[in-house]
Amino acid sequence: MTAATDTDGLPPTRRSLIQTLELDTRLLGMIGAFLVLCIVFDIVTDGRFLTPRNVFNLTIQTVSVAIMATGMVFIIVCRHIDLSVGALLATCSASMAMIQTDILPSALGLGLGHPSIWIITILAGLIVGALIGAFHGWLVGYLTIPAFIVTLGGLLIWRNVGWYLTDGQTIGPLDETFRMLGGTNGTLGVQASWIVGLLAAGFAVFAIISGRRRKSAHGFAVKPVWAEALMIAVAVSAILGFVAILNAYEVPTRRLARMFEARGEVMPEGYTEGYGIPISVLVLIVVAIGMTVIARNTRFGRYIFATGGNPDAAELSGINTRMLTVKIFALMGALCALSAVVASARLANHGNDIGTLDELRVIAAAVIGGTALSGGVGTIYGAILGALVMQSLQSGMAMVGVDAPLQNIVVGTVLVAAVLIDIIYRRRARDTS
Amino acid sequence: MTTPLVEMRDISISFGGIRAVDHVSVDLHPGEVVGLLGHNGAGKSTLIKVLSGAYRADSGEILVEGQKVRIENPRDARALNIETIYQTLALADNLDAASNLFLGRELTTGLGLIDEDRMEAETRKIMGRLNPNFQKFNAPVRALSGGQRQSVAIARAVYFNARILIMDEPTAALGPQETQMVAELIGELKKQGLGIFLISHDIHDVMALCDRVSVMKNGKLVGTERVEDVTDDEILALIILGKRPERA
Repeated sequence: MTAATDTDGLPPTRRSLIQTLELDTRLLGMIGAFLVLCIVFDIVTDGRFLTPRNVFNLTIQTVSVAIMATGMVFIIVCRHIDLSVGALLATCSASMAMIQTDILPSALGLGLGHPSIWIITILAGLIVGALIGAFHGWLVGYLTIPAFIVTLGGLLIWRNVGWYLTDGQTIGPLDETFRMLGGTNGTLGVQASWIVGLLAAGFAVFAIISGRRRKSAHGFAVKPVWAEALMIAVAVSAILGFVAILNAYEVPTRRLARMFEARGEVMPEGYTEGYGIPISVLVLIVVAIGMTVIARNTRFGRYIFATGGNPDAAELSGINTRMLTVKIFALMGALCALSAVVASARLANHGNDIGTLDELRVIAAAVIGGTALSGGVGTIYGAILGALVMQSLQSGMAMVGVDAPLQNIVVGTVLVAAVLIDIIYRRRARDTS
Repeated sequence: MTTPLVEMRDISISFGGIRAVDHVSVDLHPGEVVGLLGHNGAGKSTLIKVLSGAYRADSGEILVEGQKVRIENPRDARALNIETIYQTLALADNLDAASNLFLGRELTTGLGLIDEDRMEAETRKIMGRLNPNFQKFNAPVRALSGGQRQSVAIARAVYFNARILIMDEPTAALGPQETQMVAELIGELKKQGLGIFLISHDIHDVMALCDRVSVMKNGKLVGTERVEDVTDDEILALIILGKRPERA
């Protein structure tokens, strides 16, 4: 009995390396495509693409879209769409800019630079985003207006509510602590980055080993030991390699000198310091882990996928699909607010056009990452990888000196091609199973 | 006579002016299989969806073990141990067998997270009983055959200690061997004291499996008969003509 279940009916000889490792072939394909992209750009730019500096910049540029893309996965998996994320980001950003530069310091009398400003601002922003999202969800779920229409309206409304709130003015500079969430202005530094990296690596090892223990405790099939060891090796070296690259990007000397000056010290001769992991990237990592846990290990996530797979079945199973819709859109709204924090902090002020066209980047990231518009299928890591691919393409082409119109033509083509490849892949997978 | 497990009294439901179910009363006793027969659109499925909580009746009442109950949604029905196997099976094709079996009633760990492993272990246990050949525990149910999908749907109903089971065309999509499997299962569940409503087109199925049949036509109940009292032809007459068979 157990012998039969071990192979799920497949003769053991036919299991390839990929099957033994239980890897997702489509994830492998995406990583492969991403690596090819990086290497090609690196060759064309004479090695300027894969420098620590560019990797660092790519990473912080990806964060805002990637955070929203994780929420878009849930929306699309549930057979909806959200065209309003960029506009919602702008409204959240405008609200937060006003709260931190005007309302809290002046109206509430905290004064500029008060240490609690950043946290109150972010909480308020998250509430604004979640409420607007929940309202969208209510219109979609309870009043049954198609999400396409609700969020198309939202695209116009929230973009201009943001404009109206600020009279179209740029608001800044933003709170100093708040700005640390933007990327360059807030990094962990070399030492703390290594500690975070080692903790993450340790956690990866722990997760793989404990997963194996749990499986064998229930008597399910487990991978061979060498396969687990290989997975651990890949995970650990990927994490530590990433940290090493971010640490290798050194803070410019002039900037360091200014920092010493500000503290009233003199910079020692030949002093260098690496940036390390940006705080915004940590935010993305936390979001990614949180969203993955929600998708895989909570009822909420399970119901999203069930509803996307078969809405009638979900309803008949006693799932309140209307409330589910409200929750998904509220979550999307909160993530837009979080992206607004990162995006406005990176620019150090709130501008009227913040997040313009982000809805398309976010949807493209989710779709390139394997989220099916027909619903029921999608992964968080895929969407983040999709965001990274999009950003790499864009900044790679900018580096090579491709004309702006041509850049967008290429990005558009890649989006359509990615979906075509995905459709072909799925058709094959179905035929062979 | 004992108290019926379920009594549906004088149920009516309309959709946009069309009386889909018109003052219908049926009942079901423990250990009994009652067949619901009729043409497409006769109102069988609609009637049964009132019991399973998918629709709400405009008028009439439902009694479970003599107690009046309110069934407003599928959750209410489940709380009364009424389980339904829909004709469409109502499976989420993109999820695996365990996720479908526990859909809406997931097992969780102390932290409130889904306990995937325990769910799979339980699924393996019940499938070992219902369909020992079933092996694809990690594949989405899309990849399963008709019979395998059917056994997932049945497992879902049986696992949660159903007292009242509603089966809507359980054998319509199955081959002879799988139909036999379902028939044996129905016999087994009957012995355990469950009451089963069986909706079917197939008169032979019904005559073989049921104790009584209720026949519907155009939303109305045209008759309820004990299977041993009627012939196939008489049942056919009820379905087609809506007339009670002439008793000798």
